[in-house]
Amino acid sequence: MPLFGQLYNFAHWLAQNREEAEDLVQETYVKALRGFGSFQPGTNFRAWMYRILRNTFLTSRTGLKATMTVPLDESENGPGATVTSDQPTQEALLIDRDHQNLLQAAIAELPVQFREVLLLCEVEEMSYQEIADTVGVPIGTVMSRLSRARAALRANVQQKLGRC
Amino acid sequence: MACDQGRAQLDAYLDGELPGESMRALDAHLRTCPACAADALTRVQLKRAIKTAGARFTPSPEFYNQIQKKIAGKPRRAWNVGWVLATAGFAVVLVAGLLSTYLERQNLRQQQLYSELADLHVSTLASANPVDVVSTDRHTVKPWFQGKVPFTFNLPELQNTDFNLLGGRVTYLGQVPGAHLIYQIRKHQISVFLFPERLVGWRGTPDVSKERTFNVESWTQDGLRYVVFGDVAPEDIQKLSDLLKSSAKS
Repeated sequence: MPLFGQLYNFAHWLAQNREEAEDLVQETYVKALRGFGSFQPGTNFRAWMYRILRNTFLTSRTGLKATMTVPLDESENGPGATVTSDQPTQEALLIDRDHQNLLQAAIAELPVQFREVLLLCEVEEMSYQEIADTVGVPIGTVMSRLSRARAALRANVQQKLGRC
Repeated sequence: MACDQGRAQLDAYLDGELPGESMRALDAHLRTCPACAADALTRVQLKRAIKTAGARFTPSPEFYNQIQKKIAGKPRRAWNVGWVLATAGFAVVLVAGLLSTYLERQNLRQQQLYSELADLHVSTLASANPVDVVSTDRHTVKPWFQGKVPFTFNLPELQNTDFNLLGGRVTYLGQVPGAHLIYQIRKHQISVFLFPERLVGWRGTPDVSKERTFNVESWTQDGLRYVVFGDVAPEDIQKLSDLLKSSAKS
């Protein structure tokens, strides 16, 4: 089955729950097979599969709850906030210590709209265009969300490290 | 470039999404600005850490089997047909992609071979001593290659034709040794190359084709790859090819 492992990982990050992730993946494959006729050869197959999974998540109870609690403010379509690194050593420290759990917790705490673009960019190594196709937003919005996701992640990581 | 501007573009730069000109400008700035370079390094480290941390969840083998059973093994006929069609669809997309890549590579390799042969042909004719065995007698030229190339071959009788054999030399194509024969018709010289058939990546041309302004015919016979190469008319290339083909059969 194409993309099985990657889709499951992404689904688990979205749903934050094994059972729901499994349901999401299963439903994604069922929908993909039923709707394969709507897939246009030559377009991005991976983006198409992720889009199905994401849409399935957003219409689930968990997805609705997650999106309702996220305020996406005015800079949504802007060029993205400039993120500066005031304390780069904090992040370097994080990596040196291999505090992977801490980083995973910080990713999990990101609002879902930020979490998804960050994971599609960093883990799936999708281009901005692919992410835009998957999420269904303009590239400018992808850049803005990525920028804000990274800023939020850094702030969260620094806060967690401060507590260590 | 100012540091503020550079840092605003750093993420797109590291994601490989900055346009060429901006990429070069930021590249230059990072070489001269230690503060921005340190920032870039930190962001790269964070990117790597997120990539590792993000690949966190693995589906269990039980779940994989369960999905396979549910999707592929469902007794409902309609669903099975859907799965088969969809799988066929996936396969077609995949195979088409692989095939086009393979053909592109083959085509590129073919062009390289033609290009090398054109170089061999032209450089040989431009040489003061184009052939190492100078003889119009095929019974002299053929034995000369003994021990020099890892195969043997027959050459055609040219009586009652417009072709003359001028001689031959040992040549190499892609580190494979072969025979290079020079024939003449009127004032034109034609190269005939013979190589072992294992010559990688060659696709035969069924008829005389035009490659890089030369006319070419190529075929395999008795384990040898023949290539007839020259600037004469396609009919002459064809005639010489036919003579070579019939002599190889004898």
